[in-house]
Amino acid sequence: MEYTILLLILPFLSFLLLGLTGTEFKPKTAGLIGTAVLGIVTLLAYITAVLYFSRERGADGTFQTLIPFNATWLPFTETLKIEMGILLDPISVMMLVVISTVSLMVHIYSFGYMNGEKGFQRYYAFLSLFTMSMLGLVVATNIFQMYVFWELVGVSSYLLIGFYYTKPAAIAASKKAFIVTRFADLGFLIGILIYGYVTGTFSFGPQQQVLAAAGSLLSLALGLMFVGGAGKSAMFPLHIWLPDAMEGPTPVSALIHAATMVVAGVYLVARMFPLFIGYAPETLHVVAYVGAFTALYAAIVACVQTDIKRVLAFSTISQIGFMMVALGVCTSNDPHAGGLGYMASMFHLFTHAMFKALLFLGAGAIIHAVHSNEMMNMGGLRKFMPVTHITFLIACLSIAGIPPFSGFFSKDEILTACFRYSPFMGVLMTFIAGLTAFYMFRLYYNIFWGKPYEVSEDSSHMPHEAPKSMTFPLIFLAALTCVAGFIPFGRFISSNGESYTIHLSIPVALTSICVAVVAILIATFMYKGATQPVADKLAARFNGLHRAAYKRFYIDEVYQFITHKIIFRCISTPIAWFDRHVIDGFMNSLAWVTNMTSMSIRGLQSGNVQQYTIVFLGGTLLLVLILLLV
Amino acid sequence: MNFLSLFVLIPVLMMTGLWLARNVQQVRMVMVTGASALLALAVVLVTLYLSERAGGATEQMLFTASHVWYAPLNIHYAVGVDGISVAMLMLSAIIVFTGVFASWKMQTMPKEYFLWFCLLSLGVFGFFISVDLFTMFMFYEVALIPMYLLIGVWGSGRKEYSAMKLTLMLMGGSAFILMGILGIYFGAGATTMNITEIAQTHIPVEMQRVFFPLTFIGFGVLGALFPFHTWSPDGHASAPTAVSMLHAGVLMKLGGYGCFRIAMYLMPDAAREQAWIFLLLTAIGVVYGAFSACVQKDLKYINAYSSVSHCSLVLFALLMMTRTSSTGAILQMLSHGLMTALFFALIGMIYGRTHTRDIREMSGLMKVMPFLSVCYVIAGLANLGLPGLSGFVAEMTIFVGSFAVNDVFHRTLTIIATTSIVITAVYILRLIGKVLYGNVENAEHLKLTDATWDEKLTLICLIVAIAGLGLMPWGVSNMISESVLPMIASLNF
Repeated sequence: MEYTILLLILPFLSFLLLGLTGTEFKPKTAGLIGTAVLGIVTLLAYITAVLYFSRERGADGTFQTLIPFNATWLPFTETLKIEMGILLDPISVMMLVVISTVSLMVHIYSFGYMNGEKGFQRYYAFLSLFTMSMLGLVVATNIFQMYVFWELVGVSSYLLIGFYYTKPAAIAASKKAFIVTRFADLGFLIGILIYGYVTGTFSFGPQQQVLAAAGSLLSLALGLMFVGGAGKSAMFPLHIWLPDAMEGPTPVSALIHAATMVVAGVYLVARMFPLFIGYAPETLHVVAYVGAFTALYAAIVACVQTDIKRVLAFSTISQIGFMMVALGVCTSNDPHAGGLGYMASMFHLFTHAMFKALLFLGAGAIIHAVHSNEMMNMGGLRKFMPVTHITFLIACLSIAGIPPFSGFFSKDEILTACFRYSPFMGVLMTFIAGLTAFYMFRLYYNIFWGKPYEVSEDSSHMPHEAPKSMTFPLIFLAALTCVAGFIPFGRFISSNGESYTIHLSIPVALTSICVAVVAILIATFMYKGATQPVADKLAARFNGLHRAAYKRFYIDEVYQFITHKIIFRCISTPIAWFDRHVIDGFMNSLAWVTNMTSMSIRGLQSGNVQQYTIVFLGGTLLLVLILLLV
Repeated sequence: MNFLSLFVLIPVLMMTGLWLARNVQQVRMVMVTGASALLALAVVLVTLYLSERAGGATEQMLFTASHVWYAPLNIHYAVGVDGISVAMLMLSAIIVFTGVFASWKMQTMPKEYFLWFCLLSLGVFGFFISVDLFTMFMFYEVALIPMYLLIGVWGSGRKEYSAMKLTLMLMGGSAFILMGILGIYFGAGATTMNITEIAQTHIPVEMQRVFFPLTFIGFGVLGALFPFHTWSPDGHASAPTAVSMLHAGVLMKLGGYGCFRIAMYLMPDAAREQAWIFLLLTAIGVVYGAFSACVQKDLKYINAYSSVSHCSLVLFALLMMTRTSSTGAILQMLSHGLMTALFFALIGMIYGRTHTRDIREMSGLMKVMPFLSVCYVIAGLANLGLPGLSGFVAEMTIFVGSFAVNDVFHRTLTIIATTSIVITAVYILRLIGKVLYGNVENAEHLKLTDATWDEKLTLICLIVAIAGLGLMPWGVSNMISESVLPMIASLNF
């Protein structure tokens, strides 16, 4: 399978071509080049998946890990080195499929969405860069290669969020995204350094006896790596960059900030899962609780946001929380005992990528039609945009957990795993699932139902269905959302690699369906009508809570305080002052003292002969007197 | 005659050519020919060096030659190169070449300007090819003096003050160095000035304790050792573009190179004993420089403080005394040299158009000068350590190498040093956001034009070098890693 190296090389070449000579092409041609390359990459990814999963299983009943390509890139010592290569195992092959599919859909969609934008070529160049980095991240053969591509996805995200570089909000958002994730990456880097030190290698599978001897340092290393993952995956309290990242073009939000890059943290934990479960199970509890809290927090905030992309952003945070919880609640390697969560998490990652990308692309079509992100400017759009409406509804049903859509199946596995871990976790996550259904249908009704759309006098502002290039990805992803739930996922991926047959746990499934239906009914009652008396009354009754949730519980303000007040005012400014006035002042005062000394003694060398004579005679006299007296 | 001496001979020929030149055209012709010859020579040197090594040459220094210069003190004109000096010579040749194009439009007294420029390059090249203590010191001084005139005459702003400050501080440093090398010479038995020969002898520990700090601080002043770095912001701010490039890009590397090759290599016992003091100072410098850069308002000051941070990291890594960290230090010298030259070239070009370096007075430059702005973004990304560009390679080698030193003190300092990757991101993105992004607020700026061909040539050369080192680091890394072995062996003896 040596050809898999093309998965990285092709998008990189496309990036170089479009980045260096993009402006030589017509916008359409540049877009076509990018899309064509990505089409080939997608095809290769599918072929890889088919070939990989149709291989014979090994003697222990698992799919073998293949490394078709691996080369030393930067040697540090004989054993510690960064290698660049391709690693194929069930989860990386699954990620290849997810990334290439969503990326291809976004490439096609952008033809319509970005049509006429200045910098179309640049946009496609960045998309290629991002795809290359993301693919490189998932096929990494060692933790340091992962870090290399981890940084590269970070910078692609920075460049794409700041795509509209004249917009102050976009500039601030891109800066924030990069710095917050960089801060988390510092944890990741230190984790890698410790990992390299305790295991003597950067590869994913160090020897057993080395690991056994490592002890608590290994837990520390894994915990720090999780910090990096939490930054990228927007876990509380490092989530603050993701809602702001919605300033980027909407297809970018769909690709990077919903389907692929933000699940890199989940993927990291899954990749290190054997080490977590074997040597740092207590760290997994931390993962579970961080995930659960994040899921709850983000779901509450999502209930009151009015910008549709922000609702989706918080929904993404919440759903990634679900995936983290699923990994965190694993207590053993055996999918039948305590390892169900691993499979559930990957399954949810897979289905979520499809329906969340669909939601974002749908939101993009809506924004494209009404030129606004705010719910209050929408309402009644179902008549104008039938395709968007139906596909959006499918995605909403899926995320709410209604069968037979894909989200139901994956979420059900997560809830089952949670109930096995502890009843508290199970109830909590079921409650959050209910909240999810509620806020998604609040969103849905506010966009497509509610008050009828006010068509302004000049009919040029009539909302209209999106062009074909935009509706095709919607339909394609909606179709996937309908069928993805029936994939026998456990056959391909499970915590110990063995084939595992998914059973629906009937009590859990029934409870979650009931909760979802009730939540949807409440949302229908509150938001379907032209006016929303209940919602308004509730908002007025719990004004403080509503306001706090709308302001995202003031977490951003806390950060603002830390960065501006503390770092800039209390550290940087005094240091700069100290440097100019104390250290440099000392150097200057040395020069000044030298100057002053020479000034004060220069009178001695006046060049005046009479003065010299007087001093000479006086001195002689003095000497004679001293000699006579002594 | 040894072919390494060509590195000194070509600048001499260039100076003769300049002396004979009658107009600007001829001056430029001489400079371009000379600089290209130097670049070609450096490439030839790299190829020859690698093929010798591949052919099994195991001596520490290759292409050695020695001529008696002043017998009573055993001073020789002795030359020779290892992987470290080859890398430094290549770096210097690239920076000199691009520096010529960066000063293409020099209006005032171009002939004299380039004369001093050549003398400066002569000193730099001579320093890197020498293996004799005194010859090195002499070339070091030759490189310093032209700086005073280049800044004092062709500079901007408070140029006399800055030139004086820079020269006095560096001269103070070289007084320390002179004491240091005399100490080494007499400590090693007063029979030779050749570094490789002195390394075989053992200088008494008591003498090392006195002369190591003198030598290390002396070179450290040039390597921006905290708290002796304050010449750097003022000096860079006032210097003309190409001088800033050469100074930050190459001259500051003389400091790190001297600290490693002379102070630490020849006096390893004292280096081991006293490393902790200097480690503390350099770790402070790394973070301190980065924090100071966060609140600066002048483009050149931002870059000068950023240089303090990055050059402190060089000394920091050297003092960690592992093979990997020292390799990282040399890589960081290369990477920082290229990056900072790119930065200063860009700042010069932007200043030439907007006539301001104050970041509060500029915005939206991406709209009016896209080429320059994109280059600036690339330089910024290299600075904050983006994989695929040179900064990442150097920093990661340093961090992995430093973390291998197994005790709490060194580990803690390493972790403190790694935090600089976040602070660097803060000041770089702040700058990009303020100056390049956004809308053009000053209507005058709308009329500005993008890069001309000579500017593009400068920038493209530097970016290719940065990306080349960042994408294909293994060759350089191996070459340097082999060559630091003798030093590391003597330090860990």
